[in-house]
This record gives sequence, C-alpha cells and structure tokens, in this order.
Amino acid sequence: MNDALLKLENVYMEYGSGARRFTAVENINLDLKSGEFAALLGPSGCGKSTLLRIVTGLQEASRGRVYYRGEPLVGVNPHAAIVFQSFALFPWLSVLENVSLALKTKGVQEPERSQKAIDLLDRVGLDGFESAYPRELSGGMRQKVGFARAMAVEPELLCLDEPFSALDVLSAESLRGELLELWVGGKIPTKAILMVSHNIEEAVLLADRVIIMDKDPGRVIADLPIDLAHPRQRKSPEFQAIVDMVYGLLAGQTRSEVEEFGVAPGEPGITRKLPSLPMSDLAGMLEHLSELPEGKADIYKLEEELATTTDHLLLLTETAELLGYASIAKGDIAITPLGQAYADASILARKEIFASRARRLPLIKWLLQMLQNAENQQLKRNVVKTALSLEFPDETAERQIDTLINWGRYGEIFEYDDKTETITLENQRYNS
Amino acid sequence: MSKEKLNFGSAQSGGKAFSWGDGFAVLFVIVLLYLGARLAFNAPAEITGPDISLEPKALPWYTLLSVGRMLAAYILSLLFTMVYGRWAAYNKRAEKILMPLLDVLQSVPILSFLPIVLLGLSAVLPENMAAEIASIVLIFTSQVWNLTFAWYQSLTTIPKEYKEASNIFRLNRWMRFKNLELPFGMISLVWNSMMSWAGGWFFLMAAEIFTVGKRDFRLPGLGAYLHEAANMNNISAILWGIFALVATVVVLDQLVWNPLLAWADKFKVEMVENENPPKSWFYDLISKGKIRNWLYSKVFNPLSNKLDAFMIRRYPMKSAPAKPKAWQRGLRYVVLVVVLGGLGFLIAQAVLMMVKIPGLTWGDMGLGLLATLGRVLLSLILALAWTVPLGVYIGTNPKVSAVLQPIVQVMASVPATALFPVVLLVMIKWPSGLEMAAILLMLMGTQWYLLFNIIAGASAIPQDLKHTAELMGLSKWERWKTLILPAIFPYLITGAITASGGAWNASIVAEYQIFDGSVLKLKGIGSIISHATAEGDYPLLLASTLAMILAVVLINRLLWRKLYSLAEEKYRMEN
Repeated sequence: MNDALLKLENVYMEYGSGARRFTAVENINLDLKSGEFAALLGPSGCGKSTLLRIVTGLQEASRGRVYYRGEPLVGVNPHAAIVFQSFALFPWLSVLENVSLALKTKGVQEPERSQKAIDLLDRVGLDGFESAYPRELSGGMRQKVGFARAMAVEPELLCLDEPFSALDVLSAESLRGELLELWVGGKIPTKAILMVSHNIEEAVLLADRVIIMDKDPGRVIADLPIDLAHPRQRKSPEFQAIVDMVYGLLAGQTRSEVEEFGVAPGEPGITRKLPSLPMSDLAGMLEHLSELPEGKADIYKLEEELATTTDHLLLLTETAELLGYASIAKGDIAITPLGQAYADASILARKEIFASRARRLPLIKWLLQMLQNAENQQLKRNVVKTALSLEFPDETAERQIDTLINWGRYGEIFEYDDKTETITLENQRYNS
Repeated sequence: MSKEKLNFGSAQSGGKAFSWGDGFAVLFVIVLLYLGARLAFNAPAEITGPDISLEPKALPWYTLLSVGRMLAAYILSLLFTMVYGRWAAYNKRAEKILMPLLDVLQSVPILSFLPIVLLGLSAVLPENMAAEIASIVLIFTSQVWNLTFAWYQSLTTIPKEYKEASNIFRLNRWMRFKNLELPFGMISLVWNSMMSWAGGWFFLMAAEIFTVGKRDFRLPGLGAYLHEAANMNNISAILWGIFALVATVVVLDQLVWNPLLAWADKFKVEMVENENPPKSWFYDLISKGKIRNWLYSKVFNPLSNKLDAFMIRRYPMKSAPAKPKAWQRGLRYVVLVVVLGGLGFLIAQAVLMMVKIPGLTWGDMGLGLLATLGRVLLSLILALAWTVPLGVYIGTNPKVSAVLQPIVQVMASVPATALFPVVLLVMIKWPSGLEMAAILLMLMGTQWYLLFNIIAGASAIPQDLKHTAELMGLSKWERWKTLILPAIFPYLITGAITASGGAWNASIVAEYQIFDGSVLKLKGIGSIISHATAEGDYPLLLASTLAMILAVVLINRLLWRKLYSLAEEKYRMEN
C-alpha cells in the first residue's frame, strides 16, 4: 500500500520574534502511510509532543506544510484522535458518559449511542464499570477508557501521547499487549498509529518504525524500520541489538571539548544548556559504573540495572559526559579516570572535583565572570534571567538558573539566598 | 471554610503596582460616577419613604421582598460573570483592560457610590422604582466581582489536556461550556456564590435603610423593618426582626448552600476520593427521592439531549477560527476612536464640575480621608486583638471548634448594617458616643472575615509541626512566633484585605447619623459623602466619592497587594 495518509514538508515550529526567536522543531519532513505504526522517540524537550499536536491540527506549524490524504490540513484534524498521557478524562462524567460524549458530538443518537459506548468499553475489558467515575478506577483502567473514547470516533489516525508513561509497570505492560492485539488483529478501523514515547524498549516492542529526534533544536535524526515479527521477545538478541542501536543514536558520541561545551551566552554559536539534574543522581550512576568490569556498559542495559527511565538515563549520561566523568561511543558508556576518581572520593573531595570541572563550562564561567565584575560580587536572579533570556525561552531560562544555582551550591562555587533572590560568589576562603 | 477557594484579584498580576490598564480603569470609573452625579442634579429635593409596619406578621412579606432583591441581583451577577469572565479569558487584547477594570471596581467601597446611584436613578425613574433598582445595583456590585474573578480564573486554569481533548473530540462552544468549563468552575462558583450572598445581605440592609436629609430612600424589607423598630425604640420588634433575619440565613444555608456544596463535590478535578466530603441532609433526601429520579429520566435528560443535539447540528465546531475581514477591522478602529473620544470628553466635563469646589473643601476632604483611615486602622487593630487569640483557640481545638463554629457562623450571618440603628440607640447617650459607635460599627463590619480566616489558618497547621514545637519545648511566645503567626499569616492578610474594605464601606453609614431629628456627624470622608448627598451638593459628592475610591485603590495596591504576595510566597504551606 502506498497511499500516504499524512505528509509533513519542511515543518518548523518557532516561538517569539526578533532576537528572541526560538526554534522548537526544525525542518521536519515525514510521511506516514496507511498500515503503519510509527513511534516518535527522543530526549525530553526535543519537540515530539509538539509534532504530534501539529499532526492533529491542535497547533499550527509556523512554517511548512502539513497534508492529510493529500489535502492541506486546516484546523483540527477530523480524522485523528488522541490518547493522552494524563488520560484527560472528564472527572465529573462517568466512564460511559466520557465515551458517549465523543459519540454525541459525531451526531450519534440514543439509543445507538449508549449501545456503541458499551460495546467499546466491553472491547477494552471494562464491562461492569460503565457507571463508575474515573477517580474510582486504577490508572490502567482509566487509560482503557482513554482508548475506548479515542476509538469511539473511529479515527483513521490514532495518536498516542506517551499513553503508558503515567501507569505502573504491570498495567502498562498488559495495556501494551492489548493495544497490539487490537492493532495487529485488525480489530479497529484505524489506518495508522503515531505514538510519542520516551521509552525505547516500548517503541521497539510495538512499532514498525521508529523516528528518532534530538533536541536543541528539535529535529529528526534517524528513521528506522523495525522488521521483527510480532509477538516480539524483549530478551532476543535481535530485539536487544535494535534497542542498543537506538540508544547509540540517542546518547550520541563524545566529541571534542569545544563541541561538547558550546559557547558562553552572548557569543556567536550555540550556548549549551546544562542538564537539569541533581548531582546526587549522577554519583549513583558513576558508582555503579566503577564497579563494572573495565568500567564499561551498554547504555540500554543500565536502564534496567539502575531502575530508571530512558529520559532520566539520557540526562545522566549527558551530564557525565559534559563533566568529563565518562565517554560515550556507539551506545556504550565508559567511565574516565576522572570519573573513577570521583566515584572513589569522599563527599568533600567529590565537590572539589566537580567544582574544578564545572568552572570550565562556558555557562558557569560566564556567570562567574559576571559575579566578579558585579558590585559586592552579587547578582539578582532577575539580572541573570534577563541576560539568559536572549539565549533561551523564558521557561528554559528559569530552569537553567535553577540548575546553575543547584550546581553552584553543590560545588560551593556560589551561594544563593532565596529570600533576597541574589546569587553571591562563594568566599574564596572556603574553597582553598 | 475553605478559604483557598476565594479569589482576591488584587493579587492577580503581582509585580508592578500599576499598569496602563489600571489608568484606563480609573478613568472609566470617574466617567461612570460623573454620569451619575450629572443625572442627580434633577433628583427631587424631597423623597418620602414607604410606611413600615412593625407588626410581626408583616415580616414574612418583608423577608420575601429582601430575598427577592438578593435573588435578582444574584441572577444579574451570574449573567455578567459568564459574559465578562469569558470575554476576559479568551480575548487576549480585551483581557488587558477588563482585568484591571475588574480589580479597580472590586476595591471600590460599594456604599461610597450608593448615594450617586440612588440620586441619579431617582432623577429619571419614579422614586420607589429608583430605590428598588439602586438596591439591586448595589447588591449586584457587592456580589459580582469575586464571582467574575473566580470564573475567569477557572477558565484560564483549565488544564491543557482537557482543552485539547475537547478540541480533538470536536466539542462545540455549547458542549464545551456544558461539559468542561461549567463543571470545571462549579466548586469555585458555588463557594463564591455563598460568599457573595453573605456580603450581599450587608449591602441589602444598607440600601433598605438609606435616608439622608429630606430624602428617604427606604424600601420595604427586613432592613427597613429593623431600622424603623430601632427608631421607634420598639424592643420586641427589634427582636422579631433579628429572629427573621437569622432564620432566613439559616434556612438558606440548610436548604440551598449545603446541598449545593454536597452536589458540587462531584466536580472536583482531583483524582482521589475526598476523605470528608461535604454533607447535607437535605441533599441526601432529595437525591434519593423518587420525584428527582422521575424528573431526571423523564424531563431533564431528554430535554438536555434534545438541546445538545440541536446545538451540535446548528453550531458545528469550526475547524479554524475565521480571520476578521478588512471592514470588521476598520469598524473596530472607529468604535475605539469613538469610545476614547467620548471618554475624554466626559473626563473633561467631570474635571470642570469639580474645579468649582473651593480649595478649603479639598483640604477638608484630605483631613477627612486621614480621619477615616485612622478609624479603619483602629477598628482593624481592635478586631485583630480579639480574633487572633480566639481564632487560633478555636482552630487548634477540634472539640471547641465543633461547638463554636456554628454559633460563630450564625452571629456572623447577621449583617452589621442591620444592627447599626440598634447599636446607635444604646451608645449615643455616652460621652463621645458617636465616635465610639462609628468605630464599633466599622468593627462589626470587619471582624468576621478575620475570625473565619484565622480559624481556617489555625486549623490548617499540620499536626506534625505542632508536635515538633512541643517536643522542642518551645515557650508559648516562641511557639507563637515560629509556628502559629507565620502559619496564619496568609489567612490573616486575606481576611484583613476584605476587612479593611468592609470598614471603609461602613464609614459612610457610621460617620453621619440622624438621631431624634438632628444630624450628628464626625469628621471623615464618609461623613462628607453623606453630607453632600443630603445637601444635594453634586460636585462635592462626585469629588468625595472619587477621593475615597482612589484612596482605597491606592492602599490596596501599595500595601495589601505587597503583603499578599509576601504571604503567598513565603508563608503558604503547600501540600
């Protein structure tokens, strides 16, 4: 079958204007054919959810074209439905009413409406719960209502926005199985599925195709077909090889320091954001790595070993790499001598190692320089924010300041007084 | 009472104390008042009020009249709220003017413009109709702002996924209103309606008993009954009147508000069951009844289905919003220019009217403002002196709270304005009795807000913090300083904002009294407003009303808003 259901051409999403123009996603070219189940994967902040909203018409792209069945998409896509991460069920409506509402707006009249809604609920295994309210159900059951509601409008394009990530491990797994059964068994009239996911295994388990995005700016970096037959075995070598490869793509490669660090705010070039990560998490990963033979690991295996999520793991590896504690190549991570020293050090010595590395990061260097030049070596939070808001959108700038403060406090590089909202250079006496 | 559901718009935007929208809002208020004062020139010099019967058997009818006025104003408030709140929430450009305007309007002392509204209306309408409409306008202005803020706030805080879901499942405006916006705002609307009614009684009483000089604007109703009873020194009639008032408030509470609260519990967004959901015996009774079930299955549901089907057919959801055409945009500019021009012209007229006032009178007004400010502060301090200890005592002792809470609620439900005449009757004979009576009346208008908020704050102190304070062996004073005062601070400020507004209001009725046919007045801005009303001095009425409004708005912005954001940031106990 070669009828493209959906086609995106040179799609950009930009915010703001003038000097403060920020790109959320850049130059997306994508098509989705009938019969495809595609997964969008990428680190948080890569714009995968934005892309999903563009496809459904909830958001208008700032540039580029979106076609649905060859026609330019105007407004909300009437052939699409979404299953939301947070379920988005109306708490004041019963399970049955939530599903009926979607049918009602399509003009389905009673008594067919209730009959159809009950049918749909039966199909997802919720018979007997029709009159319950969402708050009486478990997370997994709520999401089943979410699926039933989405299927009620018989969408050609079913969009899933991280539908399993708010669920506990067991209900997520069983719901994935049930979705696959409906889809592979052709029990739903849906022509194609587009799923945003932050879990690599989940994407490889379900989808026929994985579209990989990267951040800053959000863009597509790879588009892989997954040819494994269903049902797929997570432990099989083929499956693990694909997961490993995807991690390799997502975690990137350690490059030269100049490229890794980026430039200070205000200079030409890209200012690299600090990963918003508390330092204690990082110590945990490094200790784990240092105990492994050769201090090396497949990144995808770490996800299970450290009992964490793909998102968080990618943030950890990125931070370790940025601080020179580890190097990454082809989906493997290896601890460096510095990282080894950090893992073995006492709490105070760790802070010193961290501080000496962190002082070299352009963003921290830049802030230190500003502080040294400032009166009393103090700066108001607002001043820093104004300076940063030329580089980043407001929310990102706020988060960057929070991370700067968190890192600065940990490394005893500078202090922050929450009452007066001032950053002060840490007295040199403490450090030497 | 869960006070977090109240809305104080004054703290909305934070940051800068003033915006250009505020300037526009103030100009708008000036123009409104000017138009009222302009009309008032033709007001009759003498207005005779109705005869008020003191027979207890007249009370049911008077009660019905009073409740009717409240209901009319409340319906008006709801309509205004729906339209204005929606407009402000969905139109980014309109929001910039509408929200500051709302904020200025809500900090205007309502009684300060009662004279202007009454006189203005009596110039164009038959006297009793003018008084009726003025009372409804007055109650409306006391009920509407918090409702509108609540509705606006709930519309703007609807979570993004709900909006996206209603878009993707193609809910048109009507279906969205019915299934998302209204349910989402319901709890906050019910709470704020309760507050609005409580406040409304206060102003209803004031409007029913308003007399200045030879103008008697009284209306037949509960308030006028109490006023007349006090004038006639008829103790048994006073007691009957107070009984009727308390009974009305209690009945409304049991048969309307409690059932509504119990019903609205299903609209909460939290995905957990409430540990002690609001209960109402009356709601339990009707929700189990056969009549209700029959009504639902045979009348309401089919009707609502028909209406939905009609609305969905008639107004399908548009895929993309239509862009305004060139002529529509042109028309907008024309309207804008006309509005601004008209506003400018009327402002100039208002200024021309006020320049006739001699400089000395302006000086008097300044002193009057200071005098009234002094009384407001004094009444606030007096109120704090007894409400803080008692409120903390009640709030931290669940057993005491169970006994005292209902009593306090009933006492608070008696609007202070209803008791003004009675209080005056007793105190007028004392040395400097008028001064004391005025402060007492202002106190009566302020104390309950403080008490309720302090009780709420004290009962919200987490048990583990109380235990920690005990284990650390803190002395009584240290415990107050490190735990109790910081914990109740946000609640205290919330209460004090409302309380000081109430005190300014009360000054108009409290500083100027007619007793035994002679005028008794104090120095104060409230007394100047009443005096100007009695004398028919419209330029002075306009100027003094404006002076009071501006003073209150300034104090709100420069003092209360700062304290409120301090309280919100530093002392709010989350989770």
